Amino acid sequence: MTTELRGKSAIVGAGHAGFGEAHGLTAYDVMAQSALAALGDAGLKLSDVDGLFCTMMEDSMPALMAAEYLGIQPRFIDGTMSGGSSFVNYLTSATMALDAGLCDVALIVYGSNQRTASGRLVTASRPPAYEAPYNPRYPISAYAMAAARHMHEYGTTREQLADVAVAARAWAQRNPEAFERGPLTREDVLGARMVGDPLTVRDCCLVTDGGGAIVMVRADRARDFPKAPVYVLGSAAASSHRQISQMKDFTVTAARDSGARAFAAAGVTPADIQAVELYDAFTINTILFLEDLGFCAKGEGGAFVEGGRIAPGGVLPVNTNGGGLSCVHPGMYGIFTVIEAARQIRGDAPGIQLKDIDLALAHGNGGVLSSQVTAILGSQNTL
Amino acid sequence: MQDAKGPDQLFQRALAEGEILLPKCDDCRAYHFFPRVLCPHCHGTAISWKQAGGKGRVHTTTVVRRKPERGGDYNVCVVELDEGVRMMSRVEGIAPGEVVIDMPVTAFVGEAEGVPAVLFKPSEG
Ligand SMILES: [Zn+2]
Repeated sequence: MTTELRGKSAIVGAGHAGFGEAHGLTAYDVMAQSALAALGDAGLKLSDVDGLFCTMMEDSMPALMAAEYLGIQPRFIDGTMSGGSSFVNYLTSATMALDAGLCDVALIVYGSNQRTASGRLVTASRPPAYEAPYNPRYPISAYAMAAARHMHEYGTTREQLADVAVAARAWAQRNPEAFERGPLTREDVLGARMVGDPLTVRDCCLVTDGGGAIVMVRADRARDFPKAPVYVLGSAAASSHRQISQMKDFTVTAARDSGARAFAAAGVTPADIQAVELYDAFTINTILFLEDLGFCAKGEGGAFVEGGRIAPGGVLPVNTNGGGLSCVHPGMYGIFTVIEAARQIRGDAPGIQLKDIDLALAHGNGGVLSSQVTAILGSQNTL
Repeated sequence: MQDAKGPDQLFQRALAEGEILLPKCDDCRAYHFFPRVLCPHCHGTAISWKQAGGKGRVHTTTVVRRKPERGGDYNVCVVELDEGVRMMSRVEGIAPGEVVIDMPVTAFVGEAEGVPAVLFKPSEG
């Protein structure tokens, strides 16, 4: 996104459904309930939606399935699939479509029943041909190898990784919507079942059901809705590979590029950001993205997160809903980074509401550290 | 695959015959992996096949934990060959947890999931 699109669109509705376990519901049921929740939040109806931005873990044409299910015939559809980052990426295409008049009400939506459907990751994608014979366990083997390399190059420790999970849990404990709210210590994480060295099951995101949706309109009518508008100030995408064996530097993600461009578009710096919502599929993600987005130097992410520095009361509020590690992770988490960032700015976060938030960052990750999308959201005061 | 034509077919046919061939660009002289119809570095389309030297180092590694009754733990790693290309594989002949980053390894053609595959063992000496 370029500076010309800064503040041209706004989020006027956000909602979710099916958090935790959505017994008896299909992924599309959860998707539709999420859409209704976000539209209700905006005071709009499904019949108002003329732009649909959607992908799902099942089917090869999920956006068409979603439009059919919802009973709408959008003028504009974007079903680009870059994994969990897709829903942050749609902020760019929705802003472009709204700005160009290709649609007037954009609905970004996702739903999944992956916990009650099988308890394992549901995916329509096949393992890459040159990796499949070695039986990596997707996606954890990929993230484990990134963590191993970061530990090797920078001395990052398992304790520091564990502290990411502990911080996420501390935020979740104050969020009634979060799925995991029990106590969690560093020792609990370190002593949990090892799944893919160096990551234990507590270094891994949850497997839950759930869906989320946001509604966007052009900025010129953003103040005509019940909730305070949250403006898209900048958003940018970058990708570096699809297969983990093709990642050039296992310790540097394309978030370095997506972040730099999103900050430039928004005209702000990491020091200006008051709440950071990152896609934490695994504990190593939070460390990598804090480094690559410029909140700390490369290699210093471990020390940056250590001992509650990103927990409530720490130096930087990160994943204030509890993140994918403790709040919700229904296959793809990206949309929840946007929802939590928007709610912090609006002042109606379900858990800990930070004071006077004007600028928040949402960052989506897709594939195996493959796709990175950064968005910077702001209140009316930031225009 | 006697009449192998495409890059993937040519690589797999060589592997079935016990040979590891790597694609090398005639224009920029760089190797690449996986095999494809163009060079990902300079986008040239003149590609030759070279016998792999077989020497490399473990770039990064993990142990996939699996219940003993399902076959037990195993190694998954990414090896960087001396030719400069990386591939996913596993190191055999030592415990999966003893595979470490930067360990020198030597390639051999073995079998994985019932198909011929490039595997590695610790280099001697
Ligand atoms: Zn070339």
